[in-house]
Amino acid sequence: MTALNPAGWRPEMHGAGGAADTATFTGSRALMLEEPLIFEIGSTATTGVDFDEAAPAADLGALMRRDPIGLPGLSESETVRHYTRLSRQNYAIDLGLFPLGSCTMKHNPRLNEKVARMPGFADVHPLQPQETVQGALAVINELAVWLIELTGMYGVAMSPKAGAHGELCGILCIKAALEARGEDRRVLLVPESAHGTNPATAAFAGFTVEDIPATAEGRVDLAALKARLGPDVAGVMITNPNTCGLFERDMKAISDAVHAVGGYVYCDGANFNAIVGKVRPGDLGIDAMHINLHKTFSTPHGGGGPGSGPVVLSKALAPYGPIPYSARYADGAFKLVEEESAGAEHPDTFGRMTAFHGQMGMFTRALTYILSHGADGLKQVAEDAVLNANYILRSLEDVLDAPFAASGPCMHEALFSDRGLAEGFSTLDIAKGLIDEGYHPMTVYFPLVVHGAMLVEPTETESKAVLDQFVGALRSIALRAKNGDPALKSAPHFAPRARLDETLAARKPVLRWED
Amino acid sequence: MRYLPLTPDDRSAMLAAVGAASIDDLFVDVPAEARLDGPITGLPNHASELAVERHMAALARQNRAAGDGPFFLGAGAYRHHVPASVDHLIQRGEFLTAYTPYQPEIAQGTLQMLFEFQTQVARLFGTDVANASMYDGSTACWEAIVMARRITKRGKALLSTGLHPHYRSVARTMAKYTGDQLVDGDPTLEAGTDWAVLAAAVDTDTSCVVVQYPDILGRIDDMSALAAACQAAGALLIAVVTEPVALGLIRSPGEMGADIVVGEGQAIGVGLQFGGPYVGLFACKTKYVRQMPGRLCGETVDANGKRGFVLTLSTREQHIRREKATSNICTNAGLCALAFSIHMTLLGEAGLRQLAGINHGRARVAAAELAQVPGVSVVNSGFFNEFTLRLPVDARATVHKLAEKGVLGGVSLGRLYPDNDALANGLVVAVTETATEEDIAAFAAALKEVLA
Repeated sequence: MTALNPAGWRPEMHGAGGAADTATFTGSRALMLEEPLIFEIGSTATTGVDFDEAAPAADLGALMRRDPIGLPGLSESETVRHYTRLSRQNYAIDLGLFPLGSCTMKHNPRLNEKVARMPGFADVHPLQPQETVQGALAVINELAVWLIELTGMYGVAMSPKAGAHGELCGILCIKAALEARGEDRRVLLVPESAHGTNPATAAFAGFTVEDIPATAEGRVDLAALKARLGPDVAGVMITNPNTCGLFERDMKAISDAVHAVGGYVYCDGANFNAIVGKVRPGDLGIDAMHINLHKTFSTPHGGGGPGSGPVVLSKALAPYGPIPYSARYADGAFKLVEEESAGAEHPDTFGRMTAFHGQMGMFTRALTYILSHGADGLKQVAEDAVLNANYILRSLEDVLDAPFAASGPCMHEALFSDRGLAEGFSTLDIAKGLIDEGYHPMTVYFPLVVHGAMLVEPTETESKAVLDQFVGALRSIALRAKNGDPALKSAPHFAPRARLDETLAARKPVLRWED
Repeated sequence: MRYLPLTPDDRSAMLAAVGAASIDDLFVDVPAEARLDGPITGLPNHASELAVERHMAALARQNRAAGDGPFFLGAGAYRHHVPASVDHLIQRGEFLTAYTPYQPEIAQGTLQMLFEFQTQVARLFGTDVANASMYDGSTACWEAIVMARRITKRGKALLSTGLHPHYRSVARTMAKYTGDQLVDGDPTLEAGTDWAVLAAAVDTDTSCVVVQYPDILGRIDDMSALAAACQAAGALLIAVVTEPVALGLIRSPGEMGADIVVGEGQAIGVGLQFGGPYVGLFACKTKYVRQMPGRLCGETVDANGKRGFVLTLSTREQHIRREKATSNICTNAGLCALAFSIHMTLLGEAGLRQLAGINHGRARVAAAELAQVPGVSVVNSGFFNEFTLRLPVDARATVHKLAEKGVLGGVSLGRLYPDNDALANGLVVAVTETATEEDIAAFAAALKEVLA
């Protein structure tokens, strides 16, 4: 293990004296720069854009906007500086390991960005005549073929805008299929360990949600599930690998049991990175699964989006998938199947989910990534992601409680609990301690089935040296939490901000700037 | 494989450290019969950056870019000049490769930007508050309808016939499964909106009335009377804005009494991108904020009393409330919101007003020139930067003939309403600051030729 700090030096709280307490005139500290809001530095008379002409007089009568709007402008130089300074207050995958479990924060290749900005992709209107966008339709189709092959499924709906939107797409396919069978099944079974989007999606689509019990080793309880199945059950929503970082060994048996009573199997594919190229969900009886292109296929998270959530579908559900989609014809031409042609070519579609064709800018990036790795590279992706996670699990299980470690290897993420920390110390303290060590914390307090959960997903794009350093840091923090180091309770000390008052923010919401 | 840092020696050492004889030992929970032995066959293996770039560039060349010639498409996506610094700044790795700001101490950059974005959107729309963005305008529109149902506890929504047909389609898809009742229909090729009809139709079963401004045909109208009718009936007025640049010239929906204003922010900063990713805008009156979907950023202080920002009111959201959440939405459109916000900051109020004025002026010039083409007339009496032409023939064929002549000349209503013959001759034309006088002249000349 790398000895990061052989002198044993420890961060101290502000107020403990020393240089950290020296106030500066600006509030900035060297490269840690404070930045006001645009409303404090801009003016409504300033613009950073030059125009070639004045606006001609307009006459739209009473509809003319005459009152001040209150939108401050900055010159270009000020604008570049404002946002550059803000950017430096963010942690990012470009800066270091970002071990957020279930979020798959992997390296975002810059070739993806370059390709997405080619004018033939970036400067194309969604409603251009189809003969002028054959390359764009080819990208959608080529990515679709890859996703189908990698998952062993029958079809794919490309238009969902993000993971939760993909879940909705899959669930609507199930609704449409049941409707076509003339059945009104109301119950979707969802494990407690599921992402919050699963039950929310089921409810948004009008289903009643019931829990699926878990076994002591963190997997779906097959016997209990079977006991609950019946003619009122529309299907199950299962995450595999699940949010405890474990592969659902009984997945095929679960699918068979659900199918036997006429239900469908939805799989949350958020964790597909662990198995891409190793297992095909289609071989496990899955009927629908969304794929987060911003996780497995490296499109950037962008500070919270945009995502992209194509949904692969089984033969049973594919006829109900949404329009529009890109189809390839025998003559090699591509055509968008939309309102004009759906009646003839895709008559059972449940309809449209979004205004246009999905997240094209993410499709170009994801396809670029997939072509870079190829079939062999993607398999290596899954293997390295799983190896890295197991390396972390085994390197830390002696200092952090790992509730499922005894049952075998994990997949792409390692799960720890807060058991054994000193009285008054929690997962939150460990997370904030990691910030001072220069890392983004892991996912905390999720999944809900583990007390004080800490879910660590390193991804395959981290080197052994980086993992060793992270293990060293987390080990050091875990020991401090076990020994009750009070400085940890007020971490972070070295971030742009100390712990923020979230209660105040929620109790007296200030959601916009007031002059 | 350039994105994988582990060396073969690392892998061996790490396998030994975890006590596995081979990588297969770590996949032991995957049933043997489901495990693939080697790479999936029939697919290419890894490729160099040069080879991939060459392949993708060849596909890009098979598209006609909007900048390649005269271009007049709108109908929900608008081509505006985006300053170079916008794209530079959103590629800062600290913005591009950050996650949702769940750890606010090290995400103040994203959070402050979102706070600024929310304020910009609220002011542009004339509302009290805005959220941190939605997927796009069409999904934001449906979420607004659902929000109105939650607030009013009524299930009937009246959709203006001027609402973008794709937005209407999304609502219809969802309503089919949620049981919401939608009253909707196709527009007619007339100068006026159907808002007076809606004002007369709103009743005590109505949850909301949804109007688009400017609407799918480019028409603009005063929604004050409709807002009053909604208020009298206890229904909410939802306004949809697909071209936010318009609000630099015409009054905001909030100012005219809309309760919820949603929109598509793509026109500012984001670019066309063949339909996505875009950025959904969502704003409303303060009293409804706890019924809003999506992420919200709020101001607070840190333990040292310094101002800071956090995601807040998350008890509305799925990760806390699960099946009782206001929406299943998780991801927003953070990076597109950033692009919107940077572009809006560069413009400022003065720049936005000038940009809007130039757009309107160009559109008026184009409408006048195109109306000179024999057999062609302008449907609208008023418009911002988009209007509808009535052609003497089916506009679908005309669009393809124009493309053959190098002109991307608008969106045919036949494509948007394939089953409605009364709309077949309609052509929706958008004219932004990117269209030059030469472009407009070329369009008019080409249209004259193909209609001759």
